[in-house]
Amino acid sequence: MPDVNSLVNEFLIKLKKRKIEGSKATAKLTAELLRSFISQKRLPHTNQAGALIDAVKAVGEELINANPVELAVGNIVRRVLHIIREEDLSLTTAAVGGLSLSAESDNEDDVDQGDHPALSAAAVAAAARSTLRPPSLQTLLEDMPHSAAVPQTSSSGGDSEGKSKSADKNLMTRKLKHNVIEAVNELIQDISTCHELIAEQAVEHIHQNEVILTLGSSRTVTEFLCAAKEKKRSFRVFVAEGAPRYQGHALAKELAARGLQTTVITDSAVFAMISRVNMVIVGAHAVMANGGVIAPVGLNMVALAAQRHAVPFVVLAGVHKLCPLYPHNPEVLLNELKSPSELLDFGEFSDCLDFGCGSGSPLLHVVNPAFDYVPPNLVSLFITDTGGHNPSYMYRLLTDYYSPDDLVVRRRSTS
Amino acid sequence: MDPRRVPRTVSDPKVRQVGFFAPPDRTQSGPPAPTSSSPPVSEISPSGNSLSPVMIPPPRNLSSDISRHFPPAPISPLRGGRGAADSSIPVGSYNPSEFISPTATADFSEDAVSPGWSRKGNSAKFASSLPTGGIGMAAVKQNNVPASGLATVSTVRMPKAVTEKGGATGEVQMEQQPGDSKISKEKTTKAERRALQEAQRAAKAAAKSGGSKTQAAASGVNSINANTGKVPKVTPSKKDSSSVAASEKRGGDRQPDKDRKKDVPHPRMQFDDENRVEKAKRRSVVKQTEARSRVELFRHLPQYEHGTRLPDLESRFFQLDPIHPAVYKVGVRYLAGDISGGNARCIAMLQAFQESIRDYSTPPEKSLIRDLTTKINSYVSFLIECRPLSISMGNAIRFLKTRINKLALNLSESEAKASILLDIDRFINEKIILADKVIVKHAVTKIRDGDVLLTYGSSSAVEMILLHAHELGKQFRVVIVDSRPKLEGQMLLRRLVGQGISCTYTHLNAVSYVMHEVTRVLLGASSVLSNGTVYSRVGTASVAMVAHQFRVPVLICCEAYKFHERVQLDSICSNELGDPDAIARVSGRTEINYLEGWTNSENLQLLNLIYDATPSDYVSMIITDYGMIPPTSVPVIVREYQREHLWI
Repeated sequence: MPDVNSLVNEFLIKLKKRKIEGSKATAKLTAELLRSFISQKRLPHTNQAGALIDAVKAVGEELINANPVELAVGNIVRRVLHIIREEDLSLTTAAVGGLSLSAESDNEDDVDQGDHPALSAAAVAAAARSTLRPPSLQTLLEDMPHSAAVPQTSSSGGDSEGKSKSADKNLMTRKLKHNVIEAVNELIQDISTCHELIAEQAVEHIHQNEVILTLGSSRTVTEFLCAAKEKKRSFRVFVAEGAPRYQGHALAKELAARGLQTTVITDSAVFAMISRVNMVIVGAHAVMANGGVIAPVGLNMVALAAQRHAVPFVVLAGVHKLCPLYPHNPEVLLNELKSPSELLDFGEFSDCLDFGCGSGSPLLHVVNPAFDYVPPNLVSLFITDTGGHNPSYMYRLLTDYYSPDDLVVRRRSTS
Repeated sequence: MDPRRVPRTVSDPKVRQVGFFAPPDRTQSGPPAPTSSSPPVSEISPSGNSLSPVMIPPPRNLSSDISRHFPPAPISPLRGGRGAADSSIPVGSYNPSEFISPTATADFSEDAVSPGWSRKGNSAKFASSLPTGGIGMAAVKQNNVPASGLATVSTVRMPKAVTEKGGATGEVQMEQQPGDSKISKEKTTKAERRALQEAQRAAKAAAKSGGSKTQAAASGVNSINANTGKVPKVTPSKKDSSSVAASEKRGGDRQPDKDRKKDVPHPRMQFDDENRVEKAKRRSVVKQTEARSRVELFRHLPQYEHGTRLPDLESRFFQLDPIHPAVYKVGVRYLAGDISGGNARCIAMLQAFQESIRDYSTPPEKSLIRDLTTKINSYVSFLIECRPLSISMGNAIRFLKTRINKLALNLSESEAKASILLDIDRFINEKIILADKVIVKHAVTKIRDGDVLLTYGSSSAVEMILLHAHELGKQFRVVIVDSRPKLEGQMLLRRLVGQGISCTYTHLNAVSYVMHEVTRVLLGASSVLSNGTVYSRVGTASVAMVAHQFRVPVLICCEAYKFHERVQLDSICSNELGDPDAIARVSGRTEINYLEGWTNSENLQLLNLIYDATPSDYVSMIITDYGMIPPTSVPVIVREYQREHLWI
């Protein structure tokens, strides 16, 4: 227990100090932390899922507050919560089915569930189906009563278990935890391989002799372009350097090393060059539920220029970047101001930046935001590891990964 | 001679055709402009013009450019109603302002025309009746030249009698009167002679062109000179002028065609044309090694190794015989990047030319005009090798050459030199320094307390505006947006903060973040092209685009001498490429060194664009020395300005 707490605290401090760079690294670390947290968490005998959810929520809230701008943390916490709910649900349905069959098995793939004359009838069946089936219009329609019933079934499921044999109880305890950890492992796996899945789609989007523009650097974009190159497509890439971090330089170097014709341009030349560009491919920091993108600074400008010249603006984003929240004033509220030292030499301008002198407020302010918000109407396409999507489809895609109960991660007890 | 030729001077078809108005308007006595009652003389008070949010209305100098854009319909009724009553203020009429405008800045210049006018025929009456007025005007101008709209002054002061009687012509004379009074004797004689020559030539041309008399003046834009002799004969009759207007219209249709062919800017050097590049190389003074990794898209632009050129040029100082040291010095400084900014470069170049002209002596058996022109040409090609000319410099050179070509043949060498030196001085003073002052006056009216002004890079005009507004005690904040590789904004930031202006500094990528709080965007320009495209420091287009998206007005500050009749749609067809190594290094950030040794990778190119083209729809208004105009009016100014150019 203290072990986990120290881990959590360490991670919190890292988040607060902004030591972790990149949403992917953050997502992965968060998932790993939650995994170890869950594995060490002792659960009560009754209502395990509820307890686990509460515990994860408590940690998640802390994590999110440590760096509210890093949306990936919240995303992963919500994903884990969703996993717990799902696992619990599937266990419950299995248990219910098992009970009715005199504990035949705890098998998860209860495909034949519908055949049995289940006790709790429609609600359980629907719940089971929703966890196993891909979303479709039919499930949407059938889910109508179910969505209200889910929390209830989960708790009642726990209660019913409590009444059953104690041996079974223990089994169930371990089973839930085990399943959850398994699923979290899968999630971690997904996160670390997402760019491969995205890169696989590259050939479908890049044709011969294409001219592609990107800004800054993103692992996903690098992989994407290289994947297309490996498939014998030859095309040219313009890389805008992406002030103030100039990661474009590194990207350009890597692309050139991999044999792509690469041209580095300054950020200011984006508008000049975009008229000769066929497609803009960029990475994102986070994708909001409305299809808007929180992206490295400068991309709003690029997106506007692309729109002006009717150049497709394609955003590559792993699923862990999908955030189920709707942005409000994201330029300010979901942004972060970095150190002025990236822009100005303190040695040269220190006298102007002095708050102590004169009227108390210095004449010179330096603004160095980290992110830009690209509104959904400027985005042509999202490419995630599940395929290409329209910005307007994002809200729907999210429901596969997040449970509506978790949108606000806050402990019930505190509220 | 031919009476019909005269009115052309009065309202040259070339000028007239710009607007929407119908010929009859022109010929009648001017309708009083609604704004003509505004501050009588030179005091520029743009704040007083509440007519339109974007344009400054007529009382400004060169009001015509703007007024031309107003359709005539609304004005003509006015004329009927209160024409007589208001005639005391003749300014607003289309006619006078029309051709006053081109001469506006030429007022003090030797006006070849005026002497002839004042002496001959009926017009003598006006001339003699006016001398005091004319001198007065000249005086006024001299006094507050920097601030005042040059043309307005004279027109507003025009005595009633003249305008009513003489109609348009009278006003023209008025216009030129001041110049006349100022001009030295020697010039008047010269001018006269030239006028005569021109007239003869014109007559010949007319005869050739199948006897259509109206064509007589076809000898070109400077035909004004040709007409000078005859003007007075026709001037006074109003009816006549109206009838002439029609014939003139016919002529006008053809003449511009002819001129237009001449006006089309000849194509630039395309550096993917190997033959020409070879030729150019053989001629070149500066050794130019082609860059090893050239950007495919920009093969038509010169891409040379930058590192070696400067030391090479420096080492060859003594071999460069034909280049005057002053020019050489400027060239080296261009190459080294010591002088940047359109105005600074242009002034440096002109001053170097002055220097070289001062030291110039005509070789025996050669004519000054020809020899000096070739001399200047060689200087110019040297400067081009150091750094491609900016459009403003091209205009200045064009001006200089015109002046040289128009020198009277009988002038002594020293006189000719003096006249050219004077011309260059005048160009620098009027077109650049005064123009900036006028721009500042205009632009300051657009700055209000509490404004947040965004500027990009470092524009001298914008800086002057900001400093002046600050001097006036306006409370505003400045957002300086900067971008690599030059980071010129830091210099501007230094100077503004030093003056106590509150500044926010950021980089170009963050422009959409700061644009929320911005109320105006002030940008400089390297040039404004006649389709309204603003050709400026690379990145300007992005700033203007984001401002447009956020519905923030974009004001471009640009002296009119930087306007050019060329058109351009993108930033690729013509541009300038800077040193690519400047991109590889990030100043003050040694940890960013990924691109070291980039030339070794054949797949990697670095592109350092210098300019970009901002589409005109992102521009709310262009502030020039002629007033505040919408980008659509640029071709009008260009047209006016070219004429004026030749007239100076």
